[in-house]
Amino acid sequence: MKSFVAIAAVVAALAAVPALTHSNVVLNFLVVTLMIALAGQGWNILGGYGGQYSFGHAAFFGTGAYVTAILQVRYGVNAWVGFAASIAAGAVVGAIIGGLAFRAGLRSSYFALVTLAFAEVLRILASVTPITGAGVGILIKLDLRAQSFQFQSRAIFYLVILALVAVALVIARLLERSRFGAWLIAVRENEDAAMALGVDAFAVKLGAMVLSAAITAAAGCFYAQYFLFIDAAIGYGPWISIEALLTPIIGGVGTVFGALLGALVVKALGEGAKLITGDVPGLDLMIYGAVLVLVIRFAPRGLVGAVTDIYDYFRAAAQKPAAEAANG
Amino acid sequence: MVEPLLVVENISCRFGGLLAVNGASLSAPSARITALIGPNGAGKTTLFAVISGFLRPNVGRVRYCGEDVTGEPPHRLARRGMVRTFQIVQPFAGLTVRENILVGAHLRHRARDAALAMAEQVGCEVGLGELLDRPAHTLTVAGRKRLELARALATEPKLLLLDEVLAGLNPSEIRHIVPTVRSLATRGIAVVMIEHVMQAAMSLADRVFVLAEGRIIAEGSPAEVAADAAVVEAYLGHGAAAKMRGTNVH
Repeated sequence: MKSFVAIAAVVAALAAVPALTHSNVVLNFLVVTLMIALAGQGWNILGGYGGQYSFGHAAFFGTGAYVTAILQVRYGVNAWVGFAASIAAGAVVGAIIGGLAFRAGLRSSYFALVTLAFAEVLRILASVTPITGAGVGILIKLDLRAQSFQFQSRAIFYLVILALVAVALVIARLLERSRFGAWLIAVRENEDAAMALGVDAFAVKLGAMVLSAAITAAAGCFYAQYFLFIDAAIGYGPWISIEALLTPIIGGVGTVFGALLGALVVKALGEGAKLITGDVPGLDLMIYGAVLVLVIRFAPRGLVGAVTDIYDYFRAAAQKPAAEAANG
Repeated sequence: MVEPLLVVENISCRFGGLLAVNGASLSAPSARITALIGPNGAGKTTLFAVISGFLRPNVGRVRYCGEDVTGEPPHRLARRGMVRTFQIVQPFAGLTVRENILVGAHLRHRARDAALAMAEQVGCEVGLGELLDRPAHTLTVAGRKRLELARALATEPKLLLLDEVLAGLNPSEIRHIVPTVRSLATRGIAVVMIEHVMQAAMSLADRVFVLAEGRIIAEGSPAEVAADAAVVEAYLGHGAAAKMRGTNVH
């Protein structure tokens, strides 16, 4: 219960932002940040809770973006139906990649490399196949109506992505309190020991992959609706695989708020650096690298872990004099 | 006659050129403690891995509850009530003791509250009651062995395969854990234990199987096995039994 209150408080605080500012720059920054947080939370379900580090979550992000774009542009399907189809398609791609990789018994770096390879294959296919617009990409027609999942005001877009992030936060919290979650974490900690206790490691990992892929696909679909454009380098490019894994690692793997906190910090640092130095290409990547090194060196459990440690430290320090006073 | 809960028939398991287990057979009835002893490298842990589904034998069958379960994966055997512990303890290091036991308890209890209650009960039973909220990696060797036992117990097994739960413990720790193991059998669980600590194994077991170089060389009550010349030779070397007889004569 306590943690649902925390989620509600964080979401309510973020929901108040459009009331405080009408700046499109701020809102645009937050929309993109939350979109990355959503993709990162998808990664976090599989990587953070399940310990299966994927380097290819672009496969799901791109699938989410392309499916809705293709359905709308080529088949005239409603954007909200496209949104649901995107999530389902992401789940299917997750089931296929997960089924093959886990059935083959791939773990740790081998799993990471195979997911990277799948994402790259999809990127190359998307850049040559006519239905995905090949090298040109797909433009979604501008139609600023709610039934087309497009909004005049950035504030509405912001609230929509915030709602999606809220759902992802609640999913992570429910996972932590469920049998499936306990088994998933057990597989992360020690797969053989988990199997000895009756955990079907393959089924648990596959389930996590499907859930993870569906959430990241939702982020991809949102990208397509927000920017109304998708091509192979955006949808299936390594950039989103990197951002999806960096944000939870920096924020705190296997925690409810890790991906959200990580996305806010990383994006704020990236934007801050751009303000100071102008638009130097690749600078944001250098910042990611530097932050990642610092976090892994000084806070291996991420920012959430570091905050918890500091809180525990001060609480212990506060209790010590009190205890001494009581004894003395 | 009713078939014992576990019947292992003529198991052979080969790793490349090494025949780790060579035609081993044993059986274990409910509510009894069966010990599997033997010198280092005899193939005891390999035999356990075959029984619990982690390895597939080249030859032979494992029968459990009257059914052939050879090669069934470990998680499915655990659901049927056959659970093993590991010689090299495998705690979920990043979790607390309670969360560790919870994983086992979830096998029979889907609801978190019921599983938590079960975990707490089992934790207290094996003597980890005070340590439930400690991270598992802070436990001593004795604590980890207890945790290994608790996790397995939380799955409510019918057959428990204990791989050296006493190894690495000091005599007073052994005295503490022995009654826990004995109480499992009185509860009706079939216990099969691999053990190096001879004294404890001999005092606990109802029946002993001796494995040497992959073969079962003796079986019987602890007293019978201890008097068996082949067993003495397997442990102390060729000719040892004759020498011992010789010293007795003089």
